[in-house]
Amino acid sequence: MSLDPWVWISAFLTLAIFSFLFKDNPVYKFAEHLFVGVSAGYYASIYWHNAILRFIVKPLSEKFSIFYYKIIWPEAFVNISTVSAFFSFIMYLVPLSFGLLFFSLLFPRYSWLIRYPIAFLMGIGSGLSLYPTFKARIFDQVKDTFLPQFSQTVYFLNSLIIFIGTFTVLSYFFFSKEHKGPLKAFAKVGIIFIMIGFGAAFGYTVMARISLLIGRIYFLIHDFIHLI
Amino acid sequence: MSLIDRLLNIPRFVIFILIGLAVFIPLLFKFLLPLKVLKPVKDVYDFIESLPEGTPVILSFDYSPDVLPECYPMSLVLAKHLARKKLRIYIMTLYPAGAGFALDVYNKILKEFNLVERKDIVFVGYFPSIAATILGIGEDIKNVFKSDYFGVPFDEIEAFKGVKNYEDIKLIITISGAAIPESWMVYANGRYNANVAAGVTAVMAAQLYPYYRSRQFIGLIGGMRGAAEYEKLLAAHNLATKGMNSISLANFVMVLLVILGNISYFLKRRRRK
Repeated sequence: MSLDPWVWISAFLTLAIFSFLFKDNPVYKFAEHLFVGVSAGYYASIYWHNAILRFIVKPLSEKFSIFYYKIIWPEAFVNISTVSAFFSFIMYLVPLSFGLLFFSLLFPRYSWLIRYPIAFLMGIGSGLSLYPTFKARIFDQVKDTFLPQFSQTVYFLNSLIIFIGTFTVLSYFFFSKEHKGPLKAFAKVGIIFIMIGFGAAFGYTVMARISLLIGRIYFLIHDFIHLI
Repeated sequence: MSLIDRLLNIPRFVIFILIGLAVFIPLLFKFLLPLKVLKPVKDVYDFIESLPEGTPVILSFDYSPDVLPECYPMSLVLAKHLARKKLRIYIMTLYPAGAGFALDVYNKILKEFNLVERKDIVFVGYFPSIAATILGIGEDIKNVFKSDYFGVPFDEIEAFKGVKNYEDIKLIITISGAAIPESWMVYANGRYNANVAAGVTAVMAAQLYPYYRSRQFIGLIGGMRGAAEYEKLLAAHNLATKGMNSISLANFVMVLLVILGNISYFLKRRRRK
């Protein structure tokens, strides 16, 4: 059995969570609340060290120091002019101030200010993603669906199945015309494709959940009780 | 109560115990069930094999602890393959909780393969904005990787010498349990035609296969099975390979229960009529 206290704590919490399979109980509740608290603290710490400190506090203080020294001692940092030091400081200060406007929501009188950073983010987000998203998710996918691969018989058959699947599933979701005659037949075939898709996704999901169980059981019998 | 009624009313905890045993028992034995390596996994392996020594490659750990059993084995086996091929490895993460695992794999690989820090392998840490980071690397990595995780400035890192953007970085491998591989595919492949491979949880795999077919991903490693296939290719059997026996038995038990449940249901319906 492990002598590491952290492994014992981890094993206790794993078993506490598994105890829910029997029924809800205080030990499970304790582990659940602990998880929520620890996660919040962990993420706050990660964001602080890896994002705020690294991308805001450190560069900002560095740029400010350079600018400050250039003012009180112009001979310092000969390679950098006072103007460029000022602008490199401002380059960090302006986006930071803009980002801080998100907190205006906390003050009802000034909450309207939040519209500016949101508008900025929406604008830049749409601009950046419009072309690559259309290309990757629509054009490339449509091209791949309608251009069959002839290199091998099996690839051609795959292309044919994908084409029929796409066409019939789209027919199923075509509601501008009543599902009668050929459209009804196409829609019926479409349902079969949809069910196969759901089945495959469900199968994968089951495999994923079993994998998580394997992870915990392996930890218990390998790291905790050293059975294997 | 008849047998059919009993089968239709199996208590929940009996099913839990059956599944638990199906997972637990195979882990005790060392036998390996036959496993066929599928093309999406083989494609990742072949692509890495085709890269010449010293080629820069990004390995992005975009996952959190909840998907650890699926993503960690593939992270480790992929990092080992890159190190064995002596490629220049840039380890990064776009997921805040991924930094810990990335650092863990970084340290393991560093020690196991005697790599030189910041020459053969560099850990650049976590980057908060997904789209801005991926697009930024496409323009100039100097604007994104200003320093490594430990604070060493860009210019002092040998691994970055002669590397500007995706034209020099020949492969991006993203390991994730969320939608981040799609972001790599949309921005890095969609905009810069970068080669992207994804290692994802089984839940995500079904959603991403269409992008593999259209070659927007050069290869795809799906769930623990994908990781086990990769371990087989590399002959580095680890947790994923061991887990495959449990998955097979647990799936068998589940299918058996579904069949028994359906048979009982239809027999009961017929009897009622």
